[in-house]
Amino acid sequence: MEMFDQLFSLLGATIRMATPLIFAAMAGIFSERSGIIDISLEGKMLMSAFAAAVVSYETGSPIFGLGAALFISMMLSLLHGYASITQKGNQTISGLAVNFLASGLTVTLGHAWYSQGGLTPALKNEQRFTAIDLPGAEWMGENIPVLGSFYERVLSGHNILVYLAFVAAAVSFWVLFRSRFGLRLRATGEEPNAVDSAGISVAWVRYRAILIAGSLAGFAGAYLSIAQNASFIREMTSGRGYIALAAVIFGKWHPRGALLACLLFGFLQALETRMQNVELPLVGELPTQLFSAIPYIITVVLLAGFIGKAIAPKAIGRPYVKER
Amino acid sequence: MRAALKKMATAIAMSAVAVAAQAEIKPSVIYDMGGKFDRSFNQASYSGAEAFKKEHGINYTDFEITNEGQREQVMLRFAQRGYSPIVVAGFQQAPIVAKIAPQFPHLNFVTIDAVVDLPNVRSVIFKEHEGSFLVGALAAMKSKNNAVGFIGGMDIPLIRKFGCGYEQGAKFVNKDALVMQNMTGTTPSAWNDPTRGGELARAQFEKGVDVVFAAAGGTGVGVYQTAADAGKYAIGVDSNQNYLHPGKMLTSMVKRVDLATKNAFEDEKNGEFSYGLQVLGLAEEGVAWALDEHNKGLVTEEDIKKIEDIRQKIIAGEIKVHNYEDTGSCTY
Repeated sequence: MEMFDQLFSLLGATIRMATPLIFAAMAGIFSERSGIIDISLEGKMLMSAFAAAVVSYETGSPIFGLGAALFISMMLSLLHGYASITQKGNQTISGLAVNFLASGLTVTLGHAWYSQGGLTPALKNEQRFTAIDLPGAEWMGENIPVLGSFYERVLSGHNILVYLAFVAAAVSFWVLFRSRFGLRLRATGEEPNAVDSAGISVAWVRYRAILIAGSLAGFAGAYLSIAQNASFIREMTSGRGYIALAAVIFGKWHPRGALLACLLFGFLQALETRMQNVELPLVGELPTQLFSAIPYIITVVLLAGFIGKAIAPKAIGRPYVKER
Repeated sequence: MRAALKKMATAIAMSAVAVAAQAEIKPSVIYDMGGKFDRSFNQASYSGAEAFKKEHGINYTDFEITNEGQREQVMLRFAQRGYSPIVVAGFQQAPIVAKIAPQFPHLNFVTIDAVVDLPNVRSVIFKEHEGSFLVGALAAMKSKNNAVGFIGGMDIPLIRKFGCGYEQGAKFVNKDALVMQNMTGTTPSAWNDPTRGGELARAQFEKGVDVVFAAAGGTGVGVYQTAADAGKYAIGVDSNQNYLHPGKMLTSMVKRVDLATKNAFEDEKNGEFSYGLQVLGLAEEGVAWALDEHNKGLVTEEDIKKIEDIRQKIIAGEIKVHNYEDTGSCTY
């Protein structure tokens, strides 16, 4: 039983750690499948985490906080889109600009409004999304061995955004691969000329894709500041946007692959917190840095062509020019 | 007539300058990356400087470092403008002080949490291990499962020192107590990752820990929140953080960085600035455990008596607290 307890607590933590990555990775897929490089995930998450914390605190409602997060993140998407779609600028650079903007603006505004060095005031429990127990969780945990405990400790007891993340992954798959809009979106990322000659506006498809990406990144940010934590703290994304981007590549720009990659990376993060000061048989104590480095290492290995092949959408990073 | 007026004006101006030079000092503080209002270490320097300003009506200049590149630039600019003393918070700034201070021998520098051996530098360090011993002892007294936890920020000897003192305190009260120690990371971002802090705390709670002490800057905020959500006790650090979650924070290990800052300003003002190493421990009231209206419901009279007793014994030298930094290991 002890072993199952340990395992289930690890899996529960995996899901909590993977949630922001899943939202952000889905955002990345929408954007990149339409041909827009989305390095600005980090900045959008950070900015929306800030907006969510501020609005939740001011209005007392996490729903409004979440709404503000989505709105701000979509605005940043539009900024990125205006530079890279309408003005045909370099997508990586405009994405980086969004990251810098978010990193500076959150701290500056937070400082000006609350004078707490960029932190926002701590939220009360009713101002955030707290854990919800699924029906019968406690009863099953006590009465059904293993499976009941799995239900209680892994599936139940997360906040609503965690469950939404998995819904988002499923919906992303459906939209991208089963709907007409998804077909057009993917075609825009591969052969924008063909899309254009079919009479569909490449720019409009791309704008819609990045708006969806913006709203998904907004969920990721809100999760950090008003669900998992209870205030905004400067740079609280700590590179999760980049890890999500690694998950997109590792998942070969497919929602299913990216979801698995996010769960794997979440698992590694959960493992890292539990492997400190633990002596493993034969190996001894592993340095914890190893765990934080693994996502990047396997992504690099993948890109080098050792595990299958990661092929990016063909038109990614290229602004669409109608005629030359 | 005109010449006389001019003379008079000059005389007035000169006397004004003379008065200013005598009374007005130009104190300054440079905070480290956590920022002025980190509710912890840097905020303590800030409140010391504010207390000085309130008492003496003398303004000070301050700066919050937000990236590595600024450190040298800012310190150099402060020195060129003739600010003195320049109080520098945080161990990461020490190499820069060692570089700048020799170029401005007439200015006074103060490093907090770091030692720089130069004739115009005062180095203030704290016996964090003694304060941590006290809160460790209290944690073990309050733990129902005989398991207490420690969560550090960046893995550096200074933070290990907190953890080591805490462990000794807990084991002093209860030899069989389980003391779990975790570090958040090895890069400066470990000070600002509340999400990971919260996860570390949860992992410890699942292993039975019911009192957790975090010395982790902004990461600690996540630890305290998780503890409050889970109905466990948390212990704050550096500043008195009991107010963050009233009734759920067991205590805080207070490091009187505010006093160090205020004293430096006052010594400069009175012309009594001294140099060299200052080590502030329990005896000097440089470290302490916090008891205020937010946590007084959590500790009984008896607890207070026991802790005070231990405090006296440490001051008297009857209890020896091992300092991690002496040996680079926590063997005692």
